[in-house]
Amino acid sequence: MNIHEYQAKELFDRFQVPSPKGAVASSPEEAAAAARQFSGAKLVIKAQVHAGGRGKGHFTNGFQGGVHLIESPEQAAEFAEKMLNQTLVTVQTGEAGKLVSKVMVAEAVDITHEYYLAILMDRATCRPVIVVSTAGGMSIEDVAHNTPEKIVRQFVHPLLGLQAYEVRKLTEALGMTGDIAKQFAKLLGNLYKLFISCDCAMLEINPLVTTPDGRVLALDAKFGFDDNALYRHPDIVAMRDKTEEDPREVAASEYDLNYIGLDGNIACLVNGAGLAMATMDIIKHYGGDPANFLDVGGGASKEQVTAAFKIILGDPNVKGILINIFGGIMDCNIIAEGVIAAAKETGLPIPLVVRLEGNNVEMGKATLAASGLDIVAADDMSDAARKIVAAVQ
Amino acid sequence: MSILIDENTKLLIQGITGSFGARHASLSLAYGTKVVAGVTPGKGGQKFENVVPIFDTVSHAVNETGATATAIFVPPPFAADAILEAADAGMELIVCITEGIPVMDMMRVKEALRGSKSRLVGPNCPGIVTPGHGEKSHGGCRIGIAPGYIHKRGNVGVVSRSGTLTYEAVFQLTQLGYGQSTCVGIGGDPINGTNHQEVLEMFNNDPETEAIIMIGEIGGTAEVDAARWAKAHCKKPIAGFIAGATAPPGRRMGHAGAIVGGEEDTAQAKKRILAECGIAVAETPAEMATTLLARWGK
Repeated sequence: MNIHEYQAKELFDRFQVPSPKGAVASSPEEAAAAARQFSGAKLVIKAQVHAGGRGKGHFTNGFQGGVHLIESPEQAAEFAEKMLNQTLVTVQTGEAGKLVSKVMVAEAVDITHEYYLAILMDRATCRPVIVVSTAGGMSIEDVAHNTPEKIVRQFVHPLLGLQAYEVRKLTEALGMTGDIAKQFAKLLGNLYKLFISCDCAMLEINPLVTTPDGRVLALDAKFGFDDNALYRHPDIVAMRDKTEEDPREVAASEYDLNYIGLDGNIACLVNGAGLAMATMDIIKHYGGDPANFLDVGGGASKEQVTAAFKIILGDPNVKGILINIFGGIMDCNIIAEGVIAAAKETGLPIPLVVRLEGNNVEMGKATLAASGLDIVAADDMSDAARKIVAAVQ
Repeated sequence: MSILIDENTKLLIQGITGSFGARHASLSLAYGTKVVAGVTPGKGGQKFENVVPIFDTVSHAVNETGATATAIFVPPPFAADAILEAADAGMELIVCITEGIPVMDMMRVKEALRGSKSRLVGPNCPGIVTPGHGEKSHGGCRIGIAPGYIHKRGNVGVVSRSGTLTYEAVFQLTQLGYGQSTCVGIGGDPINGTNHQEVLEMFNNDPETEAIIMIGEIGGTAEVDAARWAKAHCKKPIAGFIAGATAPPGRRMGHAGAIVGGEEDTAQAKKRILAECGIAVAETPAEMATTLLARWGK
């Protein structure tokens, strides 16, 4: 789950992680009021969408740029008018763009130094790791590749939490001294609390900056939350903006289906995440292109299978469907009935190949064959992949 | 021999009265597994299917029945507590089936179990099966949610992060007439109790296991670490499969652990390293068993 820039600022404020002054606005009047609130500072207005590349983006109404310097409250209102309820297209949004329903008016900060700061959950050591670098403001992947010596890591004990000496090591590595070092130590302590308290999977500040007036600020942040822990964070769940997500994925999540949309034309419906990934792989292996990842889970109900089917058929790129079910415990006949029920409800305008294996498979195959629907039965996974690839060509 | 469990293992089931736990407790009993106790707080004194005594706490269950292994089926908010309770009761093997446990919970559990005599397998795993010698492998030890009947007792060890891919491998082997010593699902979460390498080490030391199938997926470095260990230490033939070659970077593919982040955790990189370490890599999931047999000289 992703959150907006203004929501990240809300979390920073709550945990006392300093960031540039700013306020969110849903109307030109609110934008002007925010600009008046911070008068005296140099200000920017930014369209709130999850995608990057906002500054160089364009609105479908012809207005250029999703980020602008503003000189007055009147100008804030004027720009807000052109951005709000308009669609912004950036390199990351795709051609359809994203609807802007909020803008943020924020202080435009002068920068002395840029740093990189992140906290992530490290799988290998099973503990949080803090990553810092003096090479801020650029892609950390590039820094890791070109100048790995500029990246410093500090692992944190899962039960003891962040220690003062660990912070001092990082401060020293960043070459910070005096009051700047003190501010950084406080910021990092609070950021660590935020990371743990909110069940973050990743929290990246790039850049973290120092300013000519002697402040340390989190300028741009990226949050990743552990989906498994969202049940205990209703406040974070409330930040979810479904308009930013693939509508197919939103629909799938309502039926507890694991769905990820891709660009290909062969849809798959599979039980189990590992098998679902492997099914995409085998489609590719035989020259096809998977349209999605879809795991119906181990105990998929007839309703789930029907919902999955509708989501798949709602994707206009899809030219064929492969169902691959290893019904270990799950009864293949129940799967077969679910498929037939879905196909009868939605119609079956494109080829469907079904590979069933496992519990009660003969009955399942017989049910499919007796359905009168145009379903191609496959003997095994390779046979299924070959048949669906041939069918869409 | 086998690893971790055999037909005499006394099994406890935590969460035996929940619908998921109850269903699989019944299936394990039907498979011939010695399910000796269940635990559901508040239901102590009752019996599951009129046979299996239910206790309020794990330690009470262990004292009364001598159970040495437990399968955990409790919901995610209570799973970390259930694992710690099992460790506190001195359980030798803790198999956590529960899917959806917060990573922070597992981080703390993992640290708390350091130095403990309990081995944790999972969470978010299908469990472990050591097939029996009866019809359709009846009489074996089935811990978790795997379909028992697809197994056959034999000499191939299977280790995997994914449930359904384990079943695929087992089914392929059994169809070709090759049985399994033990099949271990280590789970799809980023922090788990037992990794690929630890299972390979056990298979390497197990006289009954003659060959191994190792199934992995994108994300993390567990398969790569295991392959490098195997190159130096394992003399038994291994076939490998890595799922997720077509997964887009940065997206979590169902399993919380299946996400491409770095350079060595893509399917392509893992396959390359496995091959460099002498593991026969199956090109498709349909060829896991045949790839092993070719390497094994069968």
